[in-house]
Amino acid sequence: MSESDTSAPEGRIAENIMYFARLLRAAGLAVGPGKVLDAISGVKIIGIGAQEDLYWCLFSQFVNRVDQRDIFDQAFQLFWRNPHIMEKMMGAMLPTIKVEAEAELEQMSRRLAEAIGSPEVDFKPESAPEKIEFDASFTYSSQEVLQETDFEAMSVEELAEAKRIIARLRLPIMDVPTRRFQRAGHGSSVDMRATLRAALRAADSIPLKFKKPKRRHPPLVILCDISGSMSRYSRMFLHFMHAITNDRDRVHAFVFATRLTNITRHLGYRDVDVALDNIAGAVNDWSGGTRIGSCLKDFNNNWSRRVLGQGAITLILSDGLDREATEGLSWQMERLTKSTRRLIWINPLLRYDGFEAKASGIRAMLPHVDDFRSSHNLNSLAELAIVLGHSGGSRSAFAH
Amino acid sequence: MTLSLPESIEDTLVLLNQGDYIADRSLATTLFLALKMGRPLFLEGEAGVGKTEIAKVLSHSLGRKLVRLQCYEGLDISSAVYEWNYSRQMIEIRLAEAAGNIDRDNLSTDVFSEEFLIERPLLQALRKDDAGPPVLLIDELDRTDEPFEAYLLEILSDYQISIPEVGTIKAAQSPIVIITSNRTREIHDALKRRCLYHWVDYPNAERELEIVAAKLPDINKRLSEQVVAFVQGLREKDLFKLPGIAETLDWADALTQLDQVALDSDAIDNTLGALLKYQDDIARIRGSEAAKLLDQVKAQLSDLNVASG
Repeated sequence: MSESDTSAPEGRIAENIMYFARLLRAAGLAVGPGKVLDAISGVKIIGIGAQEDLYWCLFSQFVNRVDQRDIFDQAFQLFWRNPHIMEKMMGAMLPTIKVEAEAELEQMSRRLAEAIGSPEVDFKPESAPEKIEFDASFTYSSQEVLQETDFEAMSVEELAEAKRIIARLRLPIMDVPTRRFQRAGHGSSVDMRATLRAALRAADSIPLKFKKPKRRHPPLVILCDISGSMSRYSRMFLHFMHAITNDRDRVHAFVFATRLTNITRHLGYRDVDVALDNIAGAVNDWSGGTRIGSCLKDFNNNWSRRVLGQGAITLILSDGLDREATEGLSWQMERLTKSTRRLIWINPLLRYDGFEAKASGIRAMLPHVDDFRSSHNLNSLAELAIVLGHSGGSRSAFAH
Repeated sequence: MTLSLPESIEDTLVLLNQGDYIADRSLATTLFLALKMGRPLFLEGEAGVGKTEIAKVLSHSLGRKLVRLQCYEGLDISSAVYEWNYSRQMIEIRLAEAAGNIDRDNLSTDVFSEEFLIERPLLQALRKDDAGPPVLLIDELDRTDEPFEAYLLEILSDYQISIPEVGTIKAAQSPIVIITSNRTREIHDALKRRCLYHWVDYPNAERELEIVAAKLPDINKRLSEQVVAFVQGLREKDLFKLPGIAETLDWADALTQLDQVALDSDAIDNTLGALLKYQDDIARIRGSEAAKLLDQVKAQLSDLNVASG
């Protein structure tokens, strides 16, 4: 069957690639027209032959990140193994056939099904990873409360508070020297390029120009617990995270209860309501149980090497109450603390005077953090800003 | 030795094979396209799967010069692209002054001309080479920072470099560009868009065996089978850092140096450091876990032998 597809005349192949690109685009891959042209010329170069070659030719053009592999694979199988799919796609542009198309395509990824069924061809290059995680949600236990949290319900007072936080918090995390230089009035090293230019202008001397290392904030990674026990605080924390994300670059934000979700891109919207709305849609375990251990493991294995580079600081916002008394928790914390410049734990429970680290989760986590702070109200959040101001410095192991 | 670019995917496979690089057809397809279309090849994958090696093999098999740029945090133009030769410029100015020739405008154009330029890898890669356009390897791009990545855009799309004082230097023939990333951070889409993307995966057992045989021709066959099966088994485990091909080769080599002809529990425990690079991973595998895996491997291989014999 594949042969009959690919042995069609050249004009037909170009057309097919165009439709295929449209399918991928609808499924969330960033496939621009330039890429389509490249793909067509690529296919012309390798010639029309084995389907495997066609696969990798299109793969190299249309796939940008490894996590797009599965979507591409499914789309490819679907599109190039079934010659009628194109007609179906065209049919899907008409609302009447939409239902039929969706029913038939039950087996495949939801995103792809939506892409084919939907008359809209959206260009959403950034939404890939989150949506894939979303699919996995059905495999989890009933302990997870699948619930749409309504941010509309936020009281006026709360909103005002949140705005005050946003206004006040500018997170003065101390910056660290980088290995790049900027010009300076005086300094330890001579900027030869500038000096030479000045020498050409000056009459009979060589005026020395200096440079000094540029300073920059280290990246900040925030892991926020949104489980049931944290529900009173997590909303405030989300505002906090939104404020930080929009204040500085290189912030990565995650939320977790039973699963870890990267919400960095959702927080990127200037408007806090739009951002939180997006998060409510993307996150499925609001107020569920907590599985800190497995979420941290997910983070360590899948994210830490991608976001903890360049001396990042990690902030955990959690009460440390782990429903699943995981023995792996301590181990995961140790791994995390070893890969970050500094690990700060913000715990809202700390405000109780009688607070003791009795819960097994807390006992497992506590030995591995560099700083342990409370944050149950606005004042303590403001305090946090001050603490972070001193956190740019590093543990002795990282000193340089 | 092949000196012309491959004409088909099969040619590309042969070319890589000549350099002892056992490649998937998928990689060969992408590489062939990159060469044919004159696009940079963007290789992403875990550490130790042979990304850098591709560039080396390519330059060797094609007989081209290899220009390597190792990326690091803070990499800037003066170490990646060009630098002015300050001492020569200084002397030039002094000479001009001593000769009483102090027409400063002329002096400025004289001193900031290509003659006083020290070429760094990226600029070198654009220069004409008798053996043909060089292979430019931009290694571990994820280690550098975003500004440098943005700087690369001009080079990668038009193969040209703009130097404010001199103007634009354009490559006579576009170099073969290979970019690798370990994915310690995401590279911007704008850069990836200009490249052909390929994810280099861990090889399957069969291919890994071929690689071991190609790289370590003297190794005992039984040992290499066991080593590969063991490593393949390890990759199924839940480890922080899975062993790459480089580790497999190191380990196989280590075992050969110790005169092992077959795997046993003691040998594994003693040499696990060649394979796993995190203490937690080693602690987890060493001892009973390794012994269990070894039994599996042995059972699996004897099944295979029975089936084939």
